[in-house]
Amino acid sequence: MKVSYNWIKQYLDLEVPADELAEKIERTAVEVDSVKFPAEGMKKVVVGEVVAMEDHPDSDHLHICQVEIGEDEPTQIVCGAPNVHVGAKVITALSGSRIGNNVKIKKSKMRGIPSNGMLCSLDEMGLDKDLVPDEWADGIYLFPEDTQVGQPVFPYLGMDDAIIDLDVTPNRGDMLSILGTVHELAAIYDLTPKISKVELIENATTPTNKQINVLADSDLASTFSARVINNVKVTSSPAWLQKILWKSGIKPINTVVDATNYIMLKYGQPINAFDMDRMNGQNMSVRYATKDEKILLENEAEIELTNDDIVIADEVPMALAGVMNGKVVSVDNDTSNIVLGAGVFDPIKVRKSAQRHGLHTESSQRFERGIDISSVNTALDEVASLIVELSDGEVAKGIIEATKLDKPENKINITVQRINHVLGTDLSQTEITSIFNRLGFKVVENESDMTVIVPLRRWDIFVAADLLEEVARIYGYDNLATTLPVGKQTIGSLSSAQRIIRSSRNILEGLGLTQAISYALTTEEKAQMFLMRPSELTRLIWPMTSDREALRMNLISGLLDDIAYNNAHKVQNVALYEQGRVFYKDTKDQVKPTEVEHIAGVISGEILTSNWDESAVAADFYQLKGIVGRYLNNLSINGEIKYVATDELKEMHPGRTAKILIHDHEVGFIGQIHPKIAKQFKIKPTYAFELNLQALIDLPKADNQYAPISKYPSIKRDIAIVVDDSVTNQQIIDIITKRGGKLLSNIELFDVYNGENVDDGKKSLAYSLTYVNHNDTLKDEDVTNAFDKIKKYLIEELNAEIR
Amino acid sequence: MTLREDLTAIKDQGLSDISLTNDLKKLNEIRVNLLGKKGPITSALRGIRDLPVEQRPEVGSYANEIRDALSTAIENKKQVLEDAALNEQLANEKIDVTLPADHTLQGQPHVIQQIIDQVVDLFLGMGYQILNGPEIEEDHYNFEMMNLPKDHPARDMQDTFYLSDDILMRTQTSPMQARTLETHNFEEGPLKMISPGVVYRRDTDDPTHSHQFHQIEGLVIDKNITMTDLKGTLLTMTHEIFGDKFDIRLRPSYFPFTEPSVEVDVTCFNCMGKGCDVCKHTGWIEVLGAGMVHPNVLNMAGVDPEVYGGFAFGIGPDRFAMLKYGVSDIRDFYLDDIRFLNQFSKRG
Ligand SMILES: [Zn+2]
Repeated sequence: MKVSYNWIKQYLDLEVPADELAEKIERTAVEVDSVKFPAEGMKKVVVGEVVAMEDHPDSDHLHICQVEIGEDEPTQIVCGAPNVHVGAKVITALSGSRIGNNVKIKKSKMRGIPSNGMLCSLDEMGLDKDLVPDEWADGIYLFPEDTQVGQPVFPYLGMDDAIIDLDVTPNRGDMLSILGTVHELAAIYDLTPKISKVELIENATTPTNKQINVLADSDLASTFSARVINNVKVTSSPAWLQKILWKSGIKPINTVVDATNYIMLKYGQPINAFDMDRMNGQNMSVRYATKDEKILLENEAEIELTNDDIVIADEVPMALAGVMNGKVVSVDNDTSNIVLGAGVFDPIKVRKSAQRHGLHTESSQRFERGIDISSVNTALDEVASLIVELSDGEVAKGIIEATKLDKPENKINITVQRINHVLGTDLSQTEITSIFNRLGFKVVENESDMTVIVPLRRWDIFVAADLLEEVARIYGYDNLATTLPVGKQTIGSLSSAQRIIRSSRNILEGLGLTQAISYALTTEEKAQMFLMRPSELTRLIWPMTSDREALRMNLISGLLDDIAYNNAHKVQNVALYEQGRVFYKDTKDQVKPTEVEHIAGVISGEILTSNWDESAVAADFYQLKGIVGRYLNNLSINGEIKYVATDELKEMHPGRTAKILIHDHEVGFIGQIHPKIAKQFKIKPTYAFELNLQALIDLPKADNQYAPISKYPSIKRDIAIVVDDSVTNQQIIDIITKRGGKLLSNIELFDVYNGENVDDGKKSLAYSLTYVNHNDTLKDEDVTNAFDKIKKYLIEELNAEIR
Repeated sequence: MTLREDLTAIKDQGLSDISLTNDLKKLNEIRVNLLGKKGPITSALRGIRDLPVEQRPEVGSYANEIRDALSTAIENKKQVLEDAALNEQLANEKIDVTLPADHTLQGQPHVIQQIIDQVVDLFLGMGYQILNGPEIEEDHYNFEMMNLPKDHPARDMQDTFYLSDDILMRTQTSPMQARTLETHNFEEGPLKMISPGVVYRRDTDDPTHSHQFHQIEGLVIDKNITMTDLKGTLLTMTHEIFGDKFDIRLRPSYFPFTEPSVEVDVTCFNCMGKGCDVCKHTGWIEVLGAGMVHPNVLNMAGVDPEVYGGFAFGIGPDRFAMLKYGVSDIRDFYLDDIRFLNQFSKRG
């Protein structure tokens, strides 16, 4: 809400600078979006009078004007405005002046004729084009005849003001009005506002109820009142009213419409004005629309109404209630009899109508946030009085109250102790009473507590907690002390799952992967890639884009998007991991998906780039397997970890992918992204793993990591064997482990070879075996016996050739 | 020549040879030649037997003296030569220590994770539990239990991704307030918790909006929790994350689940409070929302608001990171550009 400081000052003796006022409002009431001084930066713009005018010899529209500016001689200014004429009082930007949008005006020649400045339109003075009244839209602005020549124009244009734009929170609908803001400022500065009621003269010949009948559904309008004014002469509004409206961001139209908008700004009460002679009959009602009804609105849009819209109707809808008037019955310069309506429409229904039809208006935002039910008739009387003042006419006798809600003032009991207990303050009864009185709340002190009586204009205050806020903010949040909670000690510690998730991140970072955070919402296709278990897809019922329409069931696809982004930006070497949730559904009918913690990593390009003394290390399966292996080892999971080749994941390379099993329980997979998928993502060859982190959290952990180091020296034996290509390292390890005997403590593969001296279809593998005895010195023959046994079984079971 | 003169000659010749040699191998030959069993001293000593008995001790000790002198000279020379050889080796081993050396890989935590961890660690130290809630929520917890009944205007402020009529992607971490209030046993002591996590809004992504971002919810409920405790807690957090030079101010605001509700501003990072374009010349930047838990929220969760009360706050780590580092586009956090992520490696 744009609040004119000058308007506020009509009701309150405030002298603080506008910036200071804005800061105070922000700290005490609502946020301030901006403080604008309309004349800021402008200078040397004065009221001039055109005393002589002749046509420009070389132009069909330019005029050479002699403009009196209160100096010895008039000054010559060339002007092209169609409405310039002798005797006109005009906005005169002198040479060296500065006007709206920081434009500087200098002496110049217009087609050879010297011009010492410029005669200005309102938008040239910085007024938004949409707010310029139609009468001034195509030319320069002309002041009323009694305006004094030679004076700066700013006060005459209402520009000697500060406009404070309030960002009113949903609960403070009362501040969407000048009077509400005045009451608030009165409380903040402990002042008494000067607000008076108008005396309305009802002197029309026919009383209101003889001219119209009004009906309203109290579910739709808890209060609805109407008045009639006869014989008005609608014109454009006087300058004072136009100025106040355009400063408030509303375009002046005519005396009646402007009067209703003025009252809306002042009271926060939107008013409907209809041309009575254009109505179908005398009956006016507030009712639901029917879905076959339409209405042509003031903004020239024709909309189809629904059963949930409220309308003010005669035989057909005249207005979308609370949102916008209809075009047909709108008041224009031909209008002579008018019906005025003021009421309180249901906030939720108005909000939904506004949403449904995309019409968020000054009126709808006020009804959505509430209306001061106690001032409906006051506002209606004042608008009637103002219309008569501006447009003549006679007000018909009597106000029709189709519905009227008699709402009592809210009475809330509260104690001094409660206030101090919650706020942490040490306020006395006197201080608290004084705060409530400043707010205009009456206080009745009882034996053990007090009753606070809240005026109806503060409909946001229901319960004691609401009163606490009033005390806190008027007392001032800056005045609150800073303390920390005291009370029974509590222990702050991570749960074991949180600890494992945190170590998982730290371990992978230590192993060189950087943490990524990608989006959980993705395309249907990507959501379903790299599936570790069967699952139905979870879709949004109302997605914004097809890029974000389904919940991911894997982390890898997000990481591949990340690689694609990096590759597209010429970053080829990428090593990332992500820890986050995937969303599974066991059946189509399951509405709420199960959230499972996963962790995944990708490497692409080079893990280490080459430099002056070392060569590059390319990302490959074994690099990533090393990372995963160390990670799983660090997690100290108690169980045997196995990598089993798989070609079941269709997005992975069929020959370069392994399931990861712990205790024969599948926890994830590792491998190369299928070249077809890599191509689809537009990425370089990439290796990836994804693990069910929840499963890793749940698996038992080997807490005891310690085994004593043997005091006796160990013995190493190397063995090289030639086997068929199809034999895996795991098969060999399994045999060595099974047949190795209790002295065997470590097996290490140190060579894989299939070149010269090895037959086609065969390969050579070399292992180093370490034997340790923890209790005694190792005997060579014991090691030899154990070693021979391994050889024997390798030959027997794998047809191995020992070298 | 007397035997003594012979010995003196051997000594002089020997010392001269030792001092002239520059070779460890030659020095060893000298040692063997001079002091070995076939050396001149040994043979000279054999001649002692030909001397009169009274002269023997004197010449004998002279011979030993010479043997020791030569032996010491050899040892000293050896040390000198070895030192010289080592020095030469060291000189040859000299490297250019200014050559670059970064052939190791190191990963970084995401910058938002760093902020979350910092907040979590601070509150752990103050005795808070860390709770992680579901990202898929029920309308009941996300809205209704937070005092946002159907048709509440504030629901328009948070556009929501729905999976069904009453299942949605949480728009805030606040539902964890209701969930913990329902389950906490107050007889065991106060409820103090922090709940970090991902939240979702039906927003079009642009420099200041993201359909996915993070929040950290904080909640403290006990018998004697005051608004000054809220102010002190938030000031402590501000000092922890941004530094001691930063101050906070509380402004009235509106959240359906707190009353009083406040918006919390922190000293502007750009101008340190002097006023600049970033802070619209106020010297302050809005960073989080907070307030005293609304009695309706307590009531709905089965906690008696006459006995218990406290505060809640919601922090946006994305916004914190943007402010702390001057990142101007929130989307940068979710692109996972390696060059962007790896900048945040100075964790201190
Ligand atoms: Zn600033």
